[in-house]
Amino acid sequence: MIPLSWFLILSAGLFSIGLFGVLSRKNAIAILLGVELMLNAVNINLVSFWRYGNIADMAGQVFAIIVFAVAAAEVAVGLALVISVYRQRRTVIADDLDMMKW
Amino acid sequence: MNGTQLVFLGVGAVILISALLVVTTRNLIHAALWLIVTLFGVAILYALLNAGFLAVVQVVIYIGAIAILFIFAVMLTRKELRDRGPQLNPAWWLSAIVAALTFGGLVWMLQGWSGLTRSAGEIPPGFDAVGALGNALIAPNAFVLPFEVASVLLLAALIGAVYVAFTRK
Amino acid sequence: MTTETLIWLIPLPPLLAFFLIILLTNRNKTLSHTIALGAVLAAWVGAMVVFVRALGIQELANEPFASAVKWIPTADTWLKVGVLVDPLAAIGLFFVAWTVLMIFVYSVGYHNFGQPPGDHDVPGLPPHGAMIECGGHKHMVPSVEPMYSRFFAFISLFAFGMFTLVISDNLLTLFVGWEIMGLCSYLLIGFWYAKPSARDAGVKAFMTTRVGDVFMLLGIAFVYSATGTLSFHEIFEPQVLHTLASVPTPILGLSAAGLIGLLLFIGTIGKSAQFPLHVWLPDAMEGPTPVSAMIHAATMVSAGVFMVVRIFPLLSLDPRTMAVVGFVGAFTALFAATIAVAQNDIKRVLAYSTISQLGYMIAALGAGAYVAAAFHLVTHAFFKALLFLGSGSVIHGMEHGVLHTGKHTDAQDMFNMGGLRRKMPITYWTFLIGGLALSGFPLVTAGFWSKDEILASTFGGHMAVFVTLAIAAFLTAFYTMRQITLTFLGDPRTDAAAHAQESVWTMTLPLVVLSVFAVGIGWVGIPAHFPGIGGIVPNWFHHFAGSMLGELHEVEFNWIPLATSLVVALGGLLVGWLAYRNVKSPAQDALQIPILKHKWYIDEIYSALLIKPSIWIAETLVYQIMDKGLIDGFLHLFGKGTAAIGSGLRNIIDKPVINGFFGDGTANAVQGVGRNLRPMQTGRIQQYMVVSLLIMLVLAGLAYFMLMKV
Repeated sequence: MIPLSWFLILSAGLFSIGLFGVLSRKNAIAILLGVELMLNAVNINLVSFWRYGNIADMAGQVFAIIVFAVAAAEVAVGLALVISVYRQRRTVIADDLDMMKW
Repeated sequence: MNGTQLVFLGVGAVILISALLVVTTRNLIHAALWLIVTLFGVAILYALLNAGFLAVVQVVIYIGAIAILFIFAVMLTRKELRDRGPQLNPAWWLSAIVAALTFGGLVWMLQGWSGLTRSAGEIPPGFDAVGALGNALIAPNAFVLPFEVASVLLLAALIGAVYVAFTRK
Repeated sequence: MTTETLIWLIPLPPLLAFFLIILLTNRNKTLSHTIALGAVLAAWVGAMVVFVRALGIQELANEPFASAVKWIPTADTWLKVGVLVDPLAAIGLFFVAWTVLMIFVYSVGYHNFGQPPGDHDVPGLPPHGAMIECGGHKHMVPSVEPMYSRFFAFISLFAFGMFTLVISDNLLTLFVGWEIMGLCSYLLIGFWYAKPSARDAGVKAFMTTRVGDVFMLLGIAFVYSATGTLSFHEIFEPQVLHTLASVPTPILGLSAAGLIGLLLFIGTIGKSAQFPLHVWLPDAMEGPTPVSAMIHAATMVSAGVFMVVRIFPLLSLDPRTMAVVGFVGAFTALFAATIAVAQNDIKRVLAYSTISQLGYMIAALGAGAYVAAAFHLVTHAFFKALLFLGSGSVIHGMEHGVLHTGKHTDAQDMFNMGGLRRKMPITYWTFLIGGLALSGFPLVTAGFWSKDEILASTFGGHMAVFVTLAIAAFLTAFYTMRQITLTFLGDPRTDAAAHAQESVWTMTLPLVVLSVFAVGIGWVGIPAHFPGIGGIVPNWFHHFAGSMLGELHEVEFNWIPLATSLVVALGGLLVGWLAYRNVKSPAQDALQIPILKHKWYIDEIYSALLIKPSIWIAETLVYQIMDKGLIDGFLHLFGKGTAAIGSGLRNIIDKPVINGFFGDGTANAVQGVGRNLRPMQTGRIQQYMVVSLLIMLVLAGLAYFMLMKV
């Protein structure tokens, strides 16, 4: 059977890739894409821990459901922000949004 | 190596490669599409993990809503249809190192954990995963509160997104 | 009222007059002189009543009118002050009251009361005359003194001082009266304060008498510490005197009595202008003539002699002190007489004459001739006051002539006078009487009797004093006749003298009154053994004054002093008249010897020896060198040092370390850190995330390894 470690390593890798995307992409929407990858990695972790743990305890799946909801909410608000910023500043390059500079 | 493992490896490869492509393609539409592929792979993984409900929810919500939303957003925010120039910011190598370190750190920490090589437990026959999930979500001594809070969160996000993106004429 | 109360009241009217005039009536001349004259008249009445009552008391010396009050508490006892009228004080009251009254009356006329104010008169300068018009004809007349009331205030205060001195029964109030008179002397000599010579003369008088007063105060202190009292009758107790005479002092081998006597006598040297403190009296002639008469003839200088007479019981205990007294007196008598023969100013002659006559009295006291000295004190007061007032009248007459002619002639120079006997008869006759009295003209002048008594007392026991006094008597007669000849006899030598005029009645009446005394007062002291008229009238004065010393033997009669006295008096008068009746100018005067004219250069010696060094010490040594140089220099150094320390600290510690290092340094450091850290905040979220993740990873790794190690 599939050992737990495979799932976990997979999710770690997906997470790292998502992290890379968040940290290195210029476009703000691409950053949000990276965030989605990270959230999915987390979900994989949660569900595999449910499956490889006490199946009767639905906490893993519930947590994953909540993460879905949160991810959706976050994407909605984030993209709304990006669009609003794009309207103001005509740019979605993250490095151009540096008004909090010193 | 039985069939499940092979399926897993294939799906895992698909997930990782498409994720890499998500974070590296120039064309954002392509990135969004690659994201959809990644999400599909994750859905299959859920199915492998006997979380069928979650697999379906994944497809419906993530791919059907979120990825579409991404495509909308990309389309609403592009000056031209094709992006030019590098998509990675100048310090991408540092981010790569950080990501690599993160991965390495996570893996290394997992190695010290004894339960790593656990194998999946048997699912008892007649186990209604969906029903149990539903019960867990609304049982007062289970997770009804996070459920309600999540719905409030969605409401807030809804209002917030509308408000933020609202244009006044 | 009782005599004692009356005695207390005698000095008060003049004091009250002083305050009233100064505070209230200064502007009103009539009211001022009325108050002053009324006051001195009241004092005169009081003095006369006391005198008459005193005459009626038998044994006044043993039962004097005395009254004392407790004044200063001193440990167990009180210092008492009070009044005492014994024979000496009674005599003093008599002559002081008369002379002071006459001088007050004289002052009214002298300061030209009733005349118009002057054209250019300013207070502080003598009046210069006013131009008046009468019947279309303009001429200058003498003008009234602008500071008229002030004069009367000052002489009233002076009268208070003299009365206080005469009636006091202790050294303290005597000294108070002494000093008040010293003050008034200063004020009155410098009466015309806008004249620099008058100012300087006032200061000189005060300073010189001060020298004497310091020693006198030492004497008083010594008396107090030795006997515990200052009252005369307590000091002159035989027991106390005996103690004082036997206690030796470390100074010159004198006994306590001798030292006290000497110290007190030095006060008299100053006050009565004896050598060497005589220098102030001639300069004091800068004051108005009534001042010269009162202060420097009749009263203040007499006060010095009066005091010596008072303390005679103490003084006579030590023969060495008596010798000093006698020497000083005799020397001064001769010394001053030699100067008087060469003076041309009418008042200067009289000033030196006063010094000489006071020397007579002091010499007599030094020789033990108590009664003779007291007698001469009284007669001298009268005829010297008469002479001074007469000279004032002469000067007034001359000034009248000066105003008339309009020329600037010195109205006081005898060589500008002459022939005034016709122009000013009353003045002439009274001045002549005074001059004869001064010379000792036999029988009909008071001066003869007192001078003869002195010569008789010193003959035999103190021959050196006798001879000196005899020579001085000759010179006295000589310069007196010189003065009279040059002033009154002959013909006028200047237009001013030709136009001189007799003075008003307020000036001539006192002259007449005083001349009566100058003639008659001697007859109360005719010695019993005098050939011819002796014994007809009892020698009242001898008994009265002599009772002060207990039983006093009448002086043995001897022909030689009488003959000497007659010869020197008459001879001097004759020689003086012969020598000067044809002298018209100073060039013809053989006695204009420079050393005599310049007063034996005593003033110059004092100036070089004492005045200039004192000024040098004050100006240069103490002020320039010590005060400005040393002390100020030290202070400046101190100030500069402190300033240097301050700025040093500031530049070395404050600015670089505290401001620089701590203050600006930390600020700059913080700024630098901030400036260098600021670029970290790029505003780019991805950079923030990368950095924070890196750090988190590092920290997590470190924490993990730490935990692993533990």
